[in-house]
Amino acid sequence: MNKTSIGNDEKVIWQQLATIPDPEIPVVSIVDLGMIRGITVDNGQVIVQLAPTYNGCPALEVIRMQIRAVLEQALRKNVEVQLIIDPPWTTDWISKEGLHKLKEYGIAPPAGRKSTTGWRDEAANVSCPHCGSDSTELISQFGSTPCKALYRCTECLEPFDYFKCH
Amino acid sequence: MDEQWQPLDHFLLMRGDDCLILGHRLSEWCGHGPILEQDMALTNISLDLIGQARLYYQLAGERLGRSEDQLAYLRNERNYLNAWLVEQPNGDFAHTIVRQFFFDWYENALLEALERSKNDRLAAIAAKSLKEARYHRQYSCEWVIRLGDGTEESHRRMQAALDRLTPYVGELYQNHAFHASLIDDQVIPDIAGLWSPIEQQMVEVIRESTLTFPVMPSLPARGREGIHTEHLGFVLTELQYMQRAYPGSTW
Repeated sequence: MNKTSIGNDEKVIWQQLATIPDPEIPVVSIVDLGMIRGITVDNGQVIVQLAPTYNGCPALEVIRMQIRAVLEQALRKNVEVQLIIDPPWTTDWISKEGLHKLKEYGIAPPAGRKSTTGWRDEAANVSCPHCGSDSTELISQFGSTPCKALYRCTECLEPFDYFKCH
Repeated sequence: MDEQWQPLDHFLLMRGDDCLILGHRLSEWCGHGPILEQDMALTNISLDLIGQARLYYQLAGERLGRSEDQLAYLRNERNYLNAWLVEQPNGDFAHTIVRQFFFDWYENALLEALERSKNDRLAAIAAKSLKEARYHRQYSCEWVIRLGDGTEESHRRMQAALDRLTPYVGELYQNHAFHASLIDDQVIPDIAGLWSPIEQQMVEVIRESTLTFPVMPSLPARGREGIHTEHLGFVLTELQYMQRAYPGSTW
């Protein structure tokens, strides 16, 4: 296989991967989340390096299956998905577009940390994704998926999900 | 304990078993949490821990020529190396929180040290898991304070849980003779040395919670040698039932 066709394949692969939504937050793709760490095409074999977000996230197996299904259909090649934990996935890898999509969907994007003292990690001000107010409060550190916490806006009174800094 | 295990295999299984058994215990709360948010919190922590257990089992499995599932589902009680603390029953919410509090402090200190392991794979597992462990510790510390410094009833239950579970803490901070070469080679830290910096911080949280840290001798626990309290057998009976009843079954 010559270099040009590897290049072409890679472009197609990125385009295809961008169509795969996170199974639990379908508004963002696995590319938006920064989960794809590398792609190699070697003699008819495609290797996709995937960074798991949380170790026990049940969506991971679904994502693996979808990557294989989508790429094998598009390229007619064997596809292997390798899990990469080093360096560990971080919310810093979420693309600007991904952050924007989260907010549009009603999930407050990661806001950073205000301070860390010993075991206490204080999250920075989280803005309400509905009305934009900064007067919000934490309801629960754990939300409907491992990556989210539950907040409430004290202005518009709506509860909302917050994508935790990780 | 299996004679074939090298010191690193033993350490990896010990780590995996702590995470798996505590993860399983927390999963027992699913549908039984005191309120919906806490039901979700406990099962979220459970998922993280089971995910972490898989990383240790995968690495141990590569070395031993066994799959992660074989290691989890087909080992007998005497070949499980978890500490006694994590196999203790959930009890009430106070017991679950105190057990988690003790485990989280140990887990954070150990993972922080393992991040610097000379074994790159182990260091990567630690770095990946530490982010989750920090979050768990914040959760358990906040609940210790909230319930300890809460109502008369919550204070009484928390103190009862502290009194009941404190004797299990000592086992976590014991070095195992079998691990001497790993400590020498800086693959794992001197685990006994993790205790004193942590003790001070735990005492601080307990003080803030208005509870009393009981002065009690440690139990002569031997979980790391595969000798367990009566509770582990019941956990494994449930956890391993499907593979024992239908060997080799898959999803």
